[in-house]
Amino acid sequence: MGRLLEVNNLQTQFFTQDGVVQAVNDISFYLDEGETLGIVGESGSGKSVGVMSLIRLIPIPPGKIVGGEVIFDGQNLVKMTDNEIRSVRGNRIGMIFQDPMTSLNPVLTIGRQIMEALELHMGMDKTQSRKRTVELLEKVGISGAADQVDRYPHQFSGGMRQRVMIAMGLSCNPQLLIADEPTTALDVTIQAQIVELVQKLQEDLGMAVIWITHDLGVVAGIADRIIVMYAGQTMEEAPVRELFAKSRHPYTHGLIASLPRLDQRSGKLESIEGLPPDLVDLPKGCPFYARCKYRIPKCDKQRPKLDEISPGHYVACHIDINKDSITTEHPWEEDKE
Amino acid sequence: MAKEKEKDVLLHVENLKMYFPITKGIIFQKHVGDVKAADDLTFDIYRGETLGLVGESGCGKSTTGRAILQLYTPTAGKVIFRDADGDRDLAQTSGETLRRLRRQIQMIFQDPYASLNPRMTVGSIVSEPLEVHNIDNSAKRLKRVRELLNIVGLNPYFINRYPHEFSGGQRQRIGIARALALNPDFIVCDEPISALDVSIQAQVINLLEDLQDKFGLTYLFIAHDLSVVRHISDRIAVMYLGKIVELTESDELYANPLHPYTEALLSAVPIPDPAIEKKRQRIILEGDVPSPANPPQGCNFSTRCPKFIEGKCDTKDPAFQEVQPGHWVACYLYEGVHK
Amino acid sequence: MFKFIVRRILGFIPVILSVAAITFFASKAIPGGPFDFAGDRSLPEEVVKNLEAKYHLDWPGWKQFTSYMIGDELTIFRTKHEIDDVNVFIEGDKAIVNGNVMLLDNKTLCKESGYIVYGGFTIFDLDTEACGTSQGVIRGDLGPSFRYRARTVNDIINETLPLSAQLGLWSILVGLIIGIPAGIVAALHQNTIWDYLATFVAVMGVSIPSMVLGPVLIVIFANNLGWFPVAQWGAKPPYFENMFLTPGFDWINYFSHAILPVLTLGTGISAVFARLTRASMLQIIREDFIRTARAKGLHEQVVIWRHALRNSLIPVVTILGPLAASLVTGTLIVEQIFGLNGLGKHFVQSISNRDYALVLGTTLLFAVLLVISNLFVDIMYAWLDPRIRLE
Repeated sequence: MGRLLEVNNLQTQFFTQDGVVQAVNDISFYLDEGETLGIVGESGSGKSVGVMSLIRLIPIPPGKIVGGEVIFDGQNLVKMTDNEIRSVRGNRIGMIFQDPMTSLNPVLTIGRQIMEALELHMGMDKTQSRKRTVELLEKVGISGAADQVDRYPHQFSGGMRQRVMIAMGLSCNPQLLIADEPTTALDVTIQAQIVELVQKLQEDLGMAVIWITHDLGVVAGIADRIIVMYAGQTMEEAPVRELFAKSRHPYTHGLIASLPRLDQRSGKLESIEGLPPDLVDLPKGCPFYARCKYRIPKCDKQRPKLDEISPGHYVACHIDINKDSITTEHPWEEDKE
Repeated sequence: MAKEKEKDVLLHVENLKMYFPITKGIIFQKHVGDVKAADDLTFDIYRGETLGLVGESGCGKSTTGRAILQLYTPTAGKVIFRDADGDRDLAQTSGETLRRLRRQIQMIFQDPYASLNPRMTVGSIVSEPLEVHNIDNSAKRLKRVRELLNIVGLNPYFINRYPHEFSGGQRQRIGIARALALNPDFIVCDEPISALDVSIQAQVINLLEDLQDKFGLTYLFIAHDLSVVRHISDRIAVMYLGKIVELTESDELYANPLHPYTEALLSAVPIPDPAIEKKRQRIILEGDVPSPANPPQGCNFSTRCPKFIEGKCDTKDPAFQEVQPGHWVACYLYEGVHK
Repeated sequence: MFKFIVRRILGFIPVILSVAAITFFASKAIPGGPFDFAGDRSLPEEVVKNLEAKYHLDWPGWKQFTSYMIGDELTIFRTKHEIDDVNVFIEGDKAIVNGNVMLLDNKTLCKESGYIVYGGFTIFDLDTEACGTSQGVIRGDLGPSFRYRARTVNDIINETLPLSAQLGLWSILVGLIIGIPAGIVAALHQNTIWDYLATFVAVMGVSIPSMVLGPVLIVIFANNLGWFPVAQWGAKPPYFENMFLTPGFDWINYFSHAILPVLTLGTGISAVFARLTRASMLQIIREDFIRTARAKGLHEQVVIWRHALRNSLIPVVTILGPLAASLVTGTLIVEQIFGLNGLGKHFVQSISNRDYALVLGTTLLFAVLLVISNLFVDIMYAWLDPRIRLE
């Protein structure tokens, strides 16, 4: 498997009236061909902005990629001209989004919305693109596709719309599919349908997938590797089994422990007290410092670097939770006014 | 837990129906059908327990909660509330009696952003129920508000701030403080954590559990996330398209699901453990939930059921019956199975 | 769709009836009457009385209203009046007075006043052909004007509406052509010099009233530069025949007359459209489906034209309905400034003249145009947004 994507020191900021929002703060990661990478984080963790920055899909202004490079298949996407990046989007990199209700244009038929990418990137004429659209819709499990192409998004259910989105994202046989919380707005039985569909299509087409989610459960079943983000930075990156079995970062650890599990009768959930930091006014040290049970004075002064602690397992933390003991039981209470 | 107090029923719901009429025409409204949001529900809630009500969007779980609280007027059925003063049917009470009963029954809403008045301070939001019911003088109320904020883990220092100055989790705490103000017996929690971030969800779940222990509260916990419901509930009712299809203790539901829909639902919930996930066999349901305005003939789940029996499931509704002690299910697969 | 339109048009009937009834009784409630003055001097009491009788103003209100709406049995060729104990019956050029037929010739007519004089009484006013009778609104007859002798309300509207409508439609067109692109440019370059420029011009356009802008334009372009004529309209009625069926119609002359009034009226309209388009465009380009379109690699122009524009026109279409109705029926100020004989002035003057028929006629015309343009707006909605289905 070759290296498909390499992101080095990517930094994205939003210049707002309240100040500079450091949405993505120096993240680096890679992705191999055919691989599935899960990016997990809460709202404001920078997981979506980070991945949108890859194909420069953030609103500019106020957003701006202020540093770093994105090497996709040997080319730096950050340095590309607008025309060059457009020929990558929707063509070699497909995307599906969170809310299938709002992500489809309500005034155009679904066929029209899929066909336009085919006509643009594959140089097809109307007849060819229509034929291919019907094939795509059938492939994503929309029965009677020939009759469905001329219908409008509001005539489909949420799950069906997400299938349309997938057909659209995959229309030009991309090498990489970016899935931004594609199941968050869906019911759990529909989520299972969509996850299964994407996995099957990935097997058939051999593309790599970046799956962004806030739900560790969803990526546990599908990802090869997982990146945990917090306040615009990578906290931990590891192969999926290692991450769940041997998480080393206090945040990852807390996140996993705070999840109620269907298969276990857990006692009290371990909760991470406090709130994420303000991205306009990030602390100098580790962004998780204020909520961390293991913190030491060094954490407040110096931002930990992402170190490889075992092959493929990277952690940005000054301490080792397996060796060091909890230093404060309720850190957040100290900060209370 | 619930076991010892099994007979101590706090709330008895019987044949509860909540239909929303579909009408046509502007001047002469013609009744052309009903959305059967809650269709003939019968269940008990025991004192001190948490009953989880779980189902997918549009299954009628929130409507059921609201119909119990009489926020909607139920189309039919009884909602009997039992306390020291005896049994009273909430569906038959109104006016002052209902208003007095409302003190004992409170609600926590899903959206902590929309359910707090943005122009009221935290203090006035929390003390409003006390004012409405004319409890205490203002000095005592202020003391009570400070106490409540402490209980839910908010600094009483924030009493004069406005909701927008708080995060989602903190707002949900404000909503909980408001619900607790009148010392209720029973709280309907309508998706109280689904708008919150993962690390904040656990904070709120723990708070709700602590409060239950402290004040002996009874919860009806409405949510779509089965993992959360399993964690917090003593018993779980699974709803599909306006009907309860299965009701039993939460461990039993996970270990021994009887209804095919429950099975599919359980298998669809991801477990945050890759070792388990790789081995799991998913039951993938075909298609979507039918419209509640036009439910299928027979069992509501018949159009998607993997264990569909032709000539039976598509003719008549299966009865909701107790097939094992404390385990109720509405499915033809268990017809004739007796407890 | 067809069913929808038919249903909507049927729905107009009670609306129009209510508008007519309210206007009718409201205008009657204003003190004074149409015949209080003729120029500066007041008319003799009996003349007023006879005039009132002629126009049925002596009838009870409900009877006046029904006669106005559905017409009375009297027509121009067949009128019947009872004044004191004189029984007058007029048929064509003959009058039957108390059973005696008399020819309505110059002798019986008082030439100056146009009254039938019989036995020392002024009994009838033959000044107008309309003669106090009406076919009724249901047959499209808006009745005789009380003020403009010898002319019916229909005549007045026929004379003045086409000019006002031309002015109004051109102005809306100018508003759309300038306003929508300006709004789009402003939205796409939010917070840049283009946005500020467009916003500035839009604010100016809205806040400078036409009674200021009109004279300024006249002074600059007509008086000083001499590019355009000051007043009058570059075509004569009947406009349609003259403009489109006459070979070699002088379009240059037409537009040189039209340009200043159209600009005066159109500037404000384009400012309104620009602000609306900007606001809705700004909202639409933040929608998720615009991000989807960009994620497909579409060129920015395609994203705007195909995906954003149609969605962002909905608010513009919404105000287009009432705006069109009010512009087409004339704008007093612009018409006065440019000396145009439009309908606008009648809206105002008919009320101070107590010209009940003209008040009702103009109001009904406006109401009908308003409901029609709103129907048009609804059809436009359905075309712009497939989620709206006309039923």
